[in-house]
Amino acid sequence: MPGNIPPNPEPVPGTAPEIAIELAGVNKWYGTFHVLKDISLSVRSGEKVVICGPSGSGKSTVVRCINRLEQHQEGIIRVDGIELTNDPKSVTAIRSEVGMVFQQFNLFPHLTVLENLTLGPVKARGLSKSEAEAKAMHYLERVHIPDQARKRPGQLSGGQQQRVAIARSLCMEPKVLLFDEPTSALDPEMISEVLDVMAELAVEGMTMVVVTHEMGFARKVADQMVFMDAGEIVEQGPPEEFFGAPRSPRCQKFLSQILQH
Amino acid sequence: MKKTLILLLPLLALAGCSSSSTWGWYVINPMTSSGWVNVKFLISGMGDTILISVIAAVISIALGLVVALPGLAQSRGWRMVNRVYVELVRSIPLLPMLFWVFYGLPIIFREMGMNVPIDPFWGAIITLALSDSAFTAEIYRAGIQSIAKGQTEAAQTIGLNYLQTMRYVILPQAIRRILPPLANQFIYIVKMSAFASVIGMQELTRRANELVVSEYRPLEIYTLLILEYLVLVLIISAGVRWLERRMGSDERG
Repeated sequence: MPGNIPPNPEPVPGTAPEIAIELAGVNKWYGTFHVLKDISLSVRSGEKVVICGPSGSGKSTVVRCINRLEQHQEGIIRVDGIELTNDPKSVTAIRSEVGMVFQQFNLFPHLTVLENLTLGPVKARGLSKSEAEAKAMHYLERVHIPDQARKRPGQLSGGQQQRVAIARSLCMEPKVLLFDEPTSALDPEMISEVLDVMAELAVEGMTMVVVTHEMGFARKVADQMVFMDAGEIVEQGPPEEFFGAPRSPRCQKFLSQILQH
Repeated sequence: MKKTLILLLPLLALAGCSSSSTWGWYVINPMTSSGWVNVKFLISGMGDTILISVIAAVISIALGLVVALPGLAQSRGWRMVNRVYVELVRSIPLLPMLFWVFYGLPIIFREMGMNVPIDPFWGAIITLALSDSAFTAEIYRAGIQSIAKGQTEAAQTIGLNYLQTMRYVILPQAIRRILPPLANQFIYIVKMSAFASVIGMQELTRRANELVVSEYRPLEIYTLLILEYLVLVLIISAGVRWLERRMGSDERG
């Protein structure tokens, strides 16, 4: 990856499978409101973690803390061996390893799809325009919409926009992709086209942390399920166990509500 | 009673059109030599009105951005600077501010040992620019703040720094929302430039006043004056609409 900031300190070689993301004792408050309570979670390289839970449980906040869109106040967050601190260098280094897909897509409406994809590689990574465009077209093909490259985001459907947003993250060649409720703003008929792309990425070995209510997707793709409620991780485990025999009553209740329909 | 009177006024004026004693268009009839001299005298104020307005607008647009940026800062102190400036300047009526700048400011300069004479031309420009800058500052601030936070976040996740985020993501979107109201603000400046007449600036309004004193035909002369402003403002409005169309089309597309 040209122009990429080398991870510091170097991840210890030979410790396979490598830990991609590590959260240890992470706490966060909004004023006096305790949003994240002692969150500990580790994600191995190539692993897919699905976080679910009722709204307001702090699952989005966890994901947003990993790339410093929100600041945690206590505990340790490490991505690819780099510790996230108040040092802007660590923030930059971690953001260059971590891609993010938002609920509201957050595409740049004044730029074409292609320009949305090349902005980061050209301005932040110093790639030439033609290199960046070749890369952009490659990833647009991977999300199955190369024919939309010259359009503006506003001309695309929600599902297409979210796939462009995924391609935009992939253009930065991240080691980890975070998804913050990627299908929650979509019309029902567009959800599957986005989930399909995500499932393909999963098969290709991308490390993924996904906040979602799509339990069908979770069952199929997740290596690890995390259930959060009221700012804490209530239950955690492989999907067979998680869906088959949830231990905590809160998790049982949540699953029965969400799987009913 | 008062309302009826106001409603009757245009009717009276219309009725007066038929009577030659009400309207004396001869005073500004370009077909007669004396009328033509008067018309030329009135219209030649256009240059100063436009010049004052344009210079004041340019200063106000620059000053407004300088005032707006602290209003967008994280720090409470900087935001306070912005609030105090905007609230203070916005609450001073234009005419008192004009008197203060024209008659008062030179005294302050003299006290500070500087000899800065303020002539009517620059007195008017400084006042108009100051007064308008509070509004342009708010336009900038609102425009930049109207861009959703998700845009900044998305820019951060693809590795852009603060300046790159502003330059490539936020400002190109905000400018579409900022420019039309800024252009609109120009209409305000053009109309308010009439106040420059009271400190002796020979622009449109001053010339009309002077001619009224010598010709004693206020109805005709002020009617022409109003038409002069109307033409100016209509031209600017057309420009604003053109700008809005141009700016709006991209975002929807």
